[in-house]
Amino acid sequence: MGTEIRDSENQTTVGEPGSLPDQARSASVHDSSGEQLESAQEKRRSLLYRPHPYPGRLIAVEGIDGSGKSTQLVLLERWLRAQGYPVRFTEWNSSRLVRQSLRRGKKKNLLTPTTFSLLHAVDFADRLTYNILPPLKAGMIVLSDRYAYTAFARDVARGVHPEWVREVYSFALRPDLTIYFRVPIQVSLERLLAGRAKLKYHEAGMDLGLSSDPVESFALFQERVLKLYDELVVEFGMRTIDATAEILDQQRQVRRMVREVLRDYDQARAKNGNGIVWQTR
Amino acid sequence: MPYLPQKPLRGHLIVIEGTDGVGRSTQIELLRPWLEVEGYAVSNTGWTRSPLLHETINQAKAGHQLTVTTFSLLYAADFADRLEHEILPALQAGFIVIADRYMYTAFARNTVMGADPQWTRGLFGMALLPDLVLHLDIDVETLIPRVVQGKGMDYWESGMHLALGTDLFDSFVRYQSRLIEEYRRLAREFGFITIDARRSIEEVQNDLRAHILEYLRAAGSHKPEDDSPENAPQD
Repeated sequence: MGTEIRDSENQTTVGEPGSLPDQARSASVHDSSGEQLESAQEKRRSLLYRPHPYPGRLIAVEGIDGSGKSTQLVLLERWLRAQGYPVRFTEWNSSRLVRQSLRRGKKKNLLTPTTFSLLHAVDFADRLTYNILPPLKAGMIVLSDRYAYTAFARDVARGVHPEWVREVYSFALRPDLTIYFRVPIQVSLERLLAGRAKLKYHEAGMDLGLSSDPVESFALFQERVLKLYDELVVEFGMRTIDATAEILDQQRQVRRMVREVLRDYDQARAKNGNGIVWQTR
Repeated sequence: MPYLPQKPLRGHLIVIEGTDGVGRSTQIELLRPWLEVEGYAVSNTGWTRSPLLHETINQAKAGHQLTVTTFSLLYAADFADRLEHEILPALQAGFIVIADRYMYTAFARNTVMGADPQWTRGLFGMALLPDLVLHLDIDVETLIPRVVQGKGMDYWESGMHLALGTDLFDSFVRYQSRLIEEYRRLAREFGFITIDARRSIEEVQNDLRAHILEYLRAAGSHKPEDDSPENAPQD
């Protein structure tokens, strides 16, 4: 999205996710073609396509299972904490709200791609309300292991409509930085199977019936997911890291990217006598 | 749902909408045997509590940790579950599905709770459009004695979660007035057939049957000669 949106909507404040500000809803779009107009309005309305207005910073990592993104995020968290930054960590599929339904649904194979998608959206919305928004508003650094983009890759690979799932998640804030850990399927498979005996049912996309062999099913499913991630990198301006590189080298790149995002944050923090940054940007 | 195989839906989806306590379930109980006598296989579906989400929704409501967004998403998941596991298979098998509430209830409630109406509509973009929506309309003055003499005012139907006031009765009046207003707006937007539900059960039932028959005839499913006694099955 262009800079004009950045300027005009930076002031927008958002209360409850899902209830979009009037300003965003009534924003006029100067576009000639009807179809473009509609999709432009759609993007305007969605919080995913413009920077959030809060004083904190939101940093997300994405990648398929076995890409090493969680390892990298833990190392980043250590580094940030060691420097005294106020950090909050949140993780995909960790809210207690839908844990029971997801577990039951997975075990008894009751989930369809749509209910699978919506239950994860409940998890996300719950964590956004309780774990992401308050620390961001209080000026903290929120680290998110996976973000809405995981749904855009996985759920679409399962067959839900790409526009529908974007609409479902239109209440999600755009992270200040999203790092995508790109890894070939073979490498991620080796990493996953080295750590445990077998692949999980949904992780291998067994629910799609692509193959009765978990390893083959994993490869087929994750191939779709990888292709979608490549498109998401462009659509949402993610930064990519080659996840086959040495852990230390990857972490150096991660820290370099994070430092860029923290530059003006540091200035605001210094003004506040090293305290938490409260003022809205 | 793009991932589902496209099978023809031979049945009919008929939705009964209206606010809490307006008499939807009473009317549906009377519709079902009537349609079965007419020779139609009927399947009922309600608004809440698919096996998948039943406990989660109950627990979440009990624990007061829901926001408008999670509330809406949970109900959407619940709806999607019933849509795929109950409604679509029944329609494919040629049943008449009578839905006690449909996505419009979510539209009405979410809007009253302050969610972005466009977001809610998008959320239910996966839903199948019903063939017929019958809207039971009532005013809050008529609704109050029915609910009080019936099962009483409950916490959620009174909108106590919206903190409109500490008094259950006052909150009920305010919340239900807003819901009724919202259903009326939706009726215009989506072209519901509105039926005056302030009248007696029999009068409302007769209206419902007339509209359903008219729809079935127009859909080519019900021929006028079916009604004549000469065509009744002989033993």
